[in-house]
Amino acid sequence: MMRNEMSRRRLLSLGVGLGTAATLTLAGCGGDDEGSTATGNGGKEYTGPKVDLKLWNGFTGGDGEIFKKLVDTFNTEHANIAVGVTTYRWEDYYAKLPGAVSSGAGPDIAVMHMDQLATFAARGVITELDDVAKTLELTEADFAPTVWQGGRYNDKRYGIPLDMHPLGFYYNKAVMQKAGLDPEKPPTTRAEYDAALVELKKSGVQGFWVSPFQFTGGMTFYSVMHQWGGTLFDADVAKATFNSDPAVEACTWLVDMIKQGHSPANVGQDADYLALKAGKNAFNWNGIWQINDLKKSADVQWGVAPLPQIGSKQAAWANSHNFTIVKQRSTDANKVAGAKVFINWLSQRSLDWAAGGQVPARKTVREDAGFKALTEVGALAPEIEYAAFPPAAPGIGEVLLTFYNSFNEAVLGKKSPKQALDDGVAKADKQLEDNRKKYGS
Amino acid sequence: MADTSTVGAARADAPPPAATRKPRSVLRRGRAVTPYLFLAPYLVLFLVFGLAPVLFGAWLSLHQWDIQLPNRPFVGLDNYRDLFSSDSAIYGDWWSSVRATGIFTVFSVPLLVVVPLGLALLLNEKFPGRTFFRAVYFAPYVLGVAVIGLLWRFLLDANLGLVNRLLGAVGLPADTPWVTDVPWAWVSLVGVTVWWTSGFNAVIYLAGLQDIPPELYEAARMDGAGAWDRFRNVTLPGLRPVMLFVLTTTILASANVFGQSFLITQGAPGQETRTVVWRIVDEGLRDNDAGRAAAMSILFALALAVISIVNFRFFRYRED
Repeated sequence: MMRNEMSRRRLLSLGVGLGTAATLTLAGCGGDDEGSTATGNGGKEYTGPKVDLKLWNGFTGGDGEIFKKLVDTFNTEHANIAVGVTTYRWEDYYAKLPGAVSSGAGPDIAVMHMDQLATFAARGVITELDDVAKTLELTEADFAPTVWQGGRYNDKRYGIPLDMHPLGFYYNKAVMQKAGLDPEKPPTTRAEYDAALVELKKSGVQGFWVSPFQFTGGMTFYSVMHQWGGTLFDADVAKATFNSDPAVEACTWLVDMIKQGHSPANVGQDADYLALKAGKNAFNWNGIWQINDLKKSADVQWGVAPLPQIGSKQAAWANSHNFTIVKQRSTDANKVAGAKVFINWLSQRSLDWAAGGQVPARKTVREDAGFKALTEVGALAPEIEYAAFPPAAPGIGEVLLTFYNSFNEAVLGKKSPKQALDDGVAKADKQLEDNRKKYGS
Repeated sequence: MADTSTVGAARADAPPPAATRKPRSVLRRGRAVTPYLFLAPYLVLFLVFGLAPVLFGAWLSLHQWDIQLPNRPFVGLDNYRDLFSSDSAIYGDWWSSVRATGIFTVFSVPLLVVVPLGLALLLNEKFPGRTFFRAVYFAPYVLGVAVIGLLWRFLLDANLGLVNRLLGAVGLPADTPWVTDVPWAWVSLVGVTVWWTSGFNAVIYLAGLQDIPPELYEAARMDGAGAWDRFRNVTLPGLRPVMLFVLTTTILASANVFGQSFLITQGAPGQETRTVVWRIVDEGLRDNDAGRAAAMSILFALALAVISIVNFRFFRYRED
């Protein structure tokens, strides 16, 4: 019965024309909230008929197995909700999702990075989740403010944060020891950092390899730029500002690492991290996701700590995985209600998720004794207070790429830091203007 | 079996005069339809998956087209104009990708036409282990681009890679930035591609060589032609159609380079090794601007069509 009704609605929407399908799903979404209150209550429980939910994510690493295990547990605990997980590489995933959604083959729930939320919200791929937050009485106080605010776009909530993954400071204890440094006391300030590099150099080690690529040199630059007080964009994300004096200073500090011989020139993709594991360098600023990989490398003596403070304040690049609910051509209120129950359930179990190498977004979980037992991941938890998340603006992905490319040119010595960043800003401003035209913000 | 043969025999044995006329008229009428029936399957595929997407692409290129946005305004030739106007956001990226593709094609095509030819001539000779060597040279081609890309990215790494280490061991410079600086990045990309795909062209040449009648070589030998004369006057003319095929497909394949630079150089330095196809993929799928991506594709396709036509003309001219 319901099937028939739905397909008729779908046929009607098709009849109006493919081009307006997106408009119709937008309109259909208005009724979505009413529907969910009829069968569910924003995520507390679900008592309707059995629903099959499709969930897409990009957890291709060790985190994927933990995620699937969590979903299995959820499925056994909920007789009337069956969640099926599909995993793609993040790049493929973001490219596939819009097409799948507009052809009606999209998932019901999608895991998304914080900096993608605005783009997908503006493009009508995901729905608002304010009612989930309200019913579950989730507020900013339950999360770190930066993480909680990042789930919003245009004054509406689109993502329920699951975790955050910052950049951390990895150090090779054996290499430090060989250079006469205390392996239990990694440097925390610029003075200590510079001094440690000098000692390392004396022992014949280039201690801090600066990668020209987004992973991880670009993220390192992103972090130090914020430490110096610089930002990528102005407050409205209308103009790029990553050629400001603090930004140029931060970039110069990194480029000078090569000039001073603390880093080889022309570091390849991943070579900085491989060198850390191989004991060829001592320090690597890398994502929290490397913890599980290092744990598997039994012969490497390593430690991880919050990023040292090089500039005038603390800051660290970070991003966050968020749960979103995907818009459908025809909304099935039961599915939406089931999806909300799932999101709520998993969000509360983010301690298990933390084992996958992520800092849980929920405060209660971070304060849990169980989380404190995860020493390595826990070591990076303090960064959540000063994490620098990418801004929420539709189409920001391509502008961020321009930022990373400018850094690439500076590190590879193609341009001076100032020149590279100036050129990048000029291009980024044009991209931001294009985005304003396109998304009408 | 017995049944069908008796039926067949019965038919053959009974030719009523009326029946002979009937089939003939069916055949005659069928004559007009038959070729089209044979063509139909391909024609349908071509219309659905060939012509229709091209027309749709042309239509897309006149719009600002985001698959998810409700309004996809008609912008006329704006997308094309943006590609040629230096104050648009995509101008710089687009032309740098055209330049990258051009450099790669210009350097890889001659090598990919000549090296496999030499290889095929050698492998066409009779010597022990010939089959083994044929397999060895063809082997890399069976690997996917992801495999060879990752493999060479690590081998060519400036600081940790095996290539620089081996060079250092024999006293050559050991700090060449094979994947992060030009011109080295181009040397790497072209080199890896030649290593990877030469086997395929060599196999095509081999097939062509085996089609040249041995009598021609015998006759040439009797006329006192040396090895070089035989190559120039027998082998090359005999291979002309094969060479046209190899040249054309190699140009198209090289112009469509994507995976190698995506995986090995990651576009570095800056965006200098980011190719046209990569640019189109980014524009359409990452930046969600199908209109601009379509405009780029159409310009690119037109350019390749022109090159292919010139190519064919050139070869035909030489045949006359």
